[in-house]
Amino acid sequence: MTSIFGPRLAAIIVKELWLVLRDPRARISLILPPFIQLFVFAYASTLEVKNVTIGVLDRDGGQWSHEIIQRVAGSPSVRGIVRFDADAAVADAINTQRVIAVLRFDSHFSADVSAGRGAVVGAVFDGRKSNAAQIVDGYVDRIVAGVSADVHVARPPPVPGSTDVTYWFNPNLDYLWFTIPSLVVIISLASSTSVVSQSVAREKEMGTYDQLMVSPFRVWEILVGKMVPPVLIGMANATLYLVVNPFVFGVPFRGSLLLFYPSLIVFLLAMTGIGMLVSVVSNTQQQAFLGMFALTVPAFLLSGYAAPIDNIPPFLQLVAEANPAKHFQIVTEGLFLKGMPAADVFTNTWPMAVIAVVTIAVASYLFRSRLE
Amino acid sequence: MSDKFNPRRFGAMLVKESLQIVRDPSTLLIAFVLPMLLLFMFGYGVNFDTPRSRIGLSLQDNSEAAKSLAGSFQSSRWFDVVETGAVSQLSSEMVAGRIRGIIVIPHGFGRQVAWGSGDIQVLTDGSMPNTASFIGAYAEGLRATWAGARAGDRGTTRPPPIRTAARFWFNPELKSRYFLVPGSIAAVMTIVGTLLTSLVIAREWERGTLEAIMATPVGMIELIATKVVPYFLLALVSMTLCSVLAITVFGVPFRGSPLALLVISSTFLFPALGQGLWISAATKNQFVASQVALVSGLLPTLLLSGFIFEINSMPKPIQAITYLVPSRYLIPQMQTVFIAGDDWSLFLPNMVMLIGFGFLFFFLAVRATKRRIA
Amino acid sequence: MADAVASVHGLTKRFSGQEKAALDKISMDIEPGKMTGLVGPDGAGKTTLIRILAGLIDPDAGEATVFGRAATATDRSMIGYMPQRFGLYEDLSVIENLRLYADLRGLPPADRQASFDRLLDFTDLKRFTDRLAGKLSGGMKQKLGLACAMVRAPKLLLLDEPSVGVDPLSRRELWQMVKDLAGDGIGVLWSTAYLDEAEKCDTVTLLSEGKGLYAGPPQALTDKICNRVLRLAVPSEGRRVILQRALDDPAIIDGTVQGDALRLMLKANTAPPTPQSLGLKSGSLFETVQPRFEDAFIDLLGGGPSGTSQLAEHYRKIAATDAPAIVADGLSRRFGDFTAADLVSFSVPRGQIFGLLGPNGAGKSTTFKMLCGLLTPSEGRGSVAGFDLHSAKADARQSLGYMAQKFSLYGDLSVRQNLNFFAGAYGLKNGDAREAIERSIEIFHLHRYLKENASTMPLGFKQRLALACAVLHQPPVLFLDEPTSGVDPIVRREFWTHINGLVEKGVTVLVTTHFMDEAEYCDRATLIYRARQIATGTPDELKALAGKADAKMEDAFIALIKASNLQREAA
Repeated sequence: MTSIFGPRLAAIIVKELWLVLRDPRARISLILPPFIQLFVFAYASTLEVKNVTIGVLDRDGGQWSHEIIQRVAGSPSVRGIVRFDADAAVADAINTQRVIAVLRFDSHFSADVSAGRGAVVGAVFDGRKSNAAQIVDGYVDRIVAGVSADVHVARPPPVPGSTDVTYWFNPNLDYLWFTIPSLVVIISLASSTSVVSQSVAREKEMGTYDQLMVSPFRVWEILVGKMVPPVLIGMANATLYLVVNPFVFGVPFRGSLLLFYPSLIVFLLAMTGIGMLVSVVSNTQQQAFLGMFALTVPAFLLSGYAAPIDNIPPFLQLVAEANPAKHFQIVTEGLFLKGMPAADVFTNTWPMAVIAVVTIAVASYLFRSRLE
Repeated sequence: MSDKFNPRRFGAMLVKESLQIVRDPSTLLIAFVLPMLLLFMFGYGVNFDTPRSRIGLSLQDNSEAAKSLAGSFQSSRWFDVVETGAVSQLSSEMVAGRIRGIIVIPHGFGRQVAWGSGDIQVLTDGSMPNTASFIGAYAEGLRATWAGARAGDRGTTRPPPIRTAARFWFNPELKSRYFLVPGSIAAVMTIVGTLLTSLVIAREWERGTLEAIMATPVGMIELIATKVVPYFLLALVSMTLCSVLAITVFGVPFRGSPLALLVISSTFLFPALGQGLWISAATKNQFVASQVALVSGLLPTLLLSGFIFEINSMPKPIQAITYLVPSRYLIPQMQTVFIAGDDWSLFLPNMVMLIGFGFLFFFLAVRATKRRIA
Repeated sequence: MADAVASVHGLTKRFSGQEKAALDKISMDIEPGKMTGLVGPDGAGKTTLIRILAGLIDPDAGEATVFGRAATATDRSMIGYMPQRFGLYEDLSVIENLRLYADLRGLPPADRQASFDRLLDFTDLKRFTDRLAGKLSGGMKQKLGLACAMVRAPKLLLLDEPSVGVDPLSRRELWQMVKDLAGDGIGVLWSTAYLDEAEKCDTVTLLSEGKGLYAGPPQALTDKICNRVLRLAVPSEGRRVILQRALDDPAIIDGTVQGDALRLMLKANTAPPTPQSLGLKSGSLFETVQPRFEDAFIDLLGGGPSGTSQLAEHYRKIAATDAPAIVADGLSRRFGDFTAADLVSFSVPRGQIFGLLGPNGAGKSTTFKMLCGLLTPSEGRGSVAGFDLHSAKADARQSLGYMAQKFSLYGDLSVRQNLNFFAGAYGLKNGDAREAIERSIEIFHLHRYLKENASTMPLGFKQRLALACAVLHQPPVLFLDEPTSGVDPIVRREFWTHINGLVEKGVTVLVTTHFMDEAEYCDRATLIYRARQIATGTPDELKALAGKADAKMEDAFIALIKASNLQREAA
């Protein structure tokens, strides 16, 4: 064999790149995911709770209920207050989801406060949206505690001591600081796998597969050729986000790009390895598409982005270990916000390298053995 | 003349379609296996319940009080103390993502407690904002309870002037599964109603069978009806199966009536099927149809329907888009019929919207389905 | 003359984005009781015309009437339509497909059983009523498609290429079935790319690139060139060289090899060249033969290409060796309990054309794929240029040029990108690659398509590009899988000119075809039927085996298949 990078390898890489750039369908899968994700994910996929409407049933009408209602209404997370005057109306508003919560003040509320009898705000939440309800409960608690602290009737402080909470890496708990690093993972995942999963299946469907197999290509040349475009596309998308971020979102990147890119490449190799497996076992683009869909949804849900990995059952946590996105999510989050050092990046990169090696090896074995 | 509805032709086409459904493994795969996967992922894989967070504990004081509070953290069901040591050491654990928060019980804590105060410090990982604020709030809660209990022992405390008594209707334990699983059934109906339906008609175009059918006297209304009825029933079967699993396996309560669930599902399938028909008539190609169905059907159902992400929290322009997503009108109904019960004052306005979308999509589908080969 | 059941007048259809009209002012009548042929190569406009008659496409100009009404508003229950892919539901059984179409076309339930019995008898599908349509052979699918179109006796039967890819025997049976039906007063429109079928029609419309070249009885067209088609016996050794000389002679406008003879067409009002000028001994005689429809078609198109292949001129000389270039040694392939190829054996010496003949699904492609390493043989072994391509290193594939059945280049890449890719695939370095590519563009007239997507070219150019890519690296062995399927006869002639020229340079060619007359070009050929070789030999030997020395190859083929069927039944 002459040099590894001969005319054959060059030819197949160039061909694969052109195929992706010229095929209108592939072009769609290049343009659409970043577009959708940028606009929809960055803004829509927020687990923050904002703009809520809260109901109030104020039978008290005194100083303290008024104070609490004022502060709730003034909270940046609250869009508005709806007043009710009967329990039936409260139930109806919650049932029909016009309000997510209702604060109920008894007629002797302010009197209880003034008398130091320990007044109680009755709060009712819509448990159908358990996540949002819980967060709103947190808001309400904080406001009530604030008002409570201002009540000057108490002689000794109700409970001694305090907790000083500091949010490291993201002092204002800005949700975008979580979303944007995660989007780098999701976007490079989605764009690279959608390209690679079609690559072999398309050749089979278009009838070019046989032509390829009777040419003097080595299996590794074909696989390398087919993996270059998705890896480049994944890198391009990630880079796009890195470049756009400071101007649009302003999320800090505190780590080293020299750590980010090698880890990104390993991640993309692992994802394209998985995508290549799907592509090799599929006979049509249709099957490849459905197969990829069936894999990217779990990869997305088990990445730690959709919901914290710590919460899921142990056996699924084990499955998540085989998900490159789970590992890379830690790396991007670490490099963006925490300035993660090389050792930690490496700790989270080698599992992806293992996944890449295994999937690519299996894909090339299947590629060889499924020649018929 | 020949375009008038003819029950015999309709029956023959129904038989054909049903035989195809039963005999085509990929149809059954999409109608039953993919839904199971989705249900499973949302039943187990996604969980917004208050996490048991992995934290580090830095105990810098060796007084009895400090040890007592540390013990409270260690035995708390909200925290999993995986590491103890100096803050510098713990902070690198937090950078590595192995712990999400650090509780610091500072030097001199015991003395402070003796004087009637006793402050602690909590450092949390802001890169996961929700977890970070949960840890902050729960740590304070735990500390306050601990301090309250100690003070109570000595009789030096009294309740705060105002406190909140929160009640969570329908879901007192705040299980996120209760809203995720019914929501994923909405996604399942989108898969069968829109994705699968668009695929099967596009397949007939691709295989050339529709060409032969259209050269016969079959009416376009009959043709569309024979696609709608079997996949409507298939989607209901799939929905029923998922609902049964939701109740039995995932333990989601079912407080509404089966009739209401059936009516809700049926009104949703009207626009879902219409959209599927429209997509297939407009694309005539399985691959393109599946992409379009995914982007215009399933993704909005997952992202823009209020299923996972609160619509109210989205920016205004995106909120405006959600009004065009039929599943936006389904999700509240599904969550209500499962965990709240029948509430027709919530159902009916949503149903009206769904039926409106149904008419729109069917109009577009009928217009796009011509007895012509472009 | 009986009233036409259907007619088109001045029909024009132009698809958006296409330069040329798919149909350009076409007029024709379909009369009851007659077979009307719609003849032309792929892309001529046959399918568009049939779809317009079926009311599935609106014409841009002109009119299409069926039963006296516009085709889009006529009584569809009286039209039997069989589209190119038959319109069968593969997940449904034979009887379920029949029932579906019976109900759709409103066959009265009382007549149903009788109609089914008659059609199942007719098509010989009675034994398979419960078999899924997807599991039927190509020929059986065609018959079922016809039965579905006929389930309620139509007045107009539209058949879009019903005979493509079917073995000659089934083709004849199908023809006979339809001909009998036409006898009952049905108007039949039969579209085909096989020019020999055109000869048998009562009346023919010949289409080429959307234009009507001829309409009328086929005989009238062939009569125009009577006395201009000649047969010339030649020694089998130098026949390719003699054909080349003959085609380069201005008096000859077309020529083909016919076993040990040449079939030549003279330019109108021209005297034939002397045999000596073609390099033959004096005493060789031109003998006038019956012209065929294909000859007439080529004459209409202005004659075939000249005899010298530019491709061959620039090809390297392949060194002579004694070792055979291609060997198949007891190749068998089974898929489960289905045997796709059964003990196929042959050996092809360097510099010869070897033909694999047979209907679709007989085992040609399976054999082909085993030889080029795409399929693992269940038994036996094959070699190409001395290598077993299934186990040899990738470099061994360098000695093979491969042109797959159907267009199998990258349709989304431009013509130049395809050429660049294949030059790289075969390891051609910069200068060599550039030279080879430029030459191919020149030889195959690809200039005006260089920047276009390969998929948008006309079929003839796609096939040219496929051949160009297969020979960029000048391999000693060339595998061609149905290289001329669907293209017009001029392109077919051009291909054979190239193939003949390459063989003279020492290239060995393995070719499959279902055009039986193309088998005549082969030095030797083997006939594969139901996975087995039923005959092997030179074209003349095959004809002799069938007991008809000067018959058409197709007749020989049918005789051999019938003999094989008899043998099989006896066994």
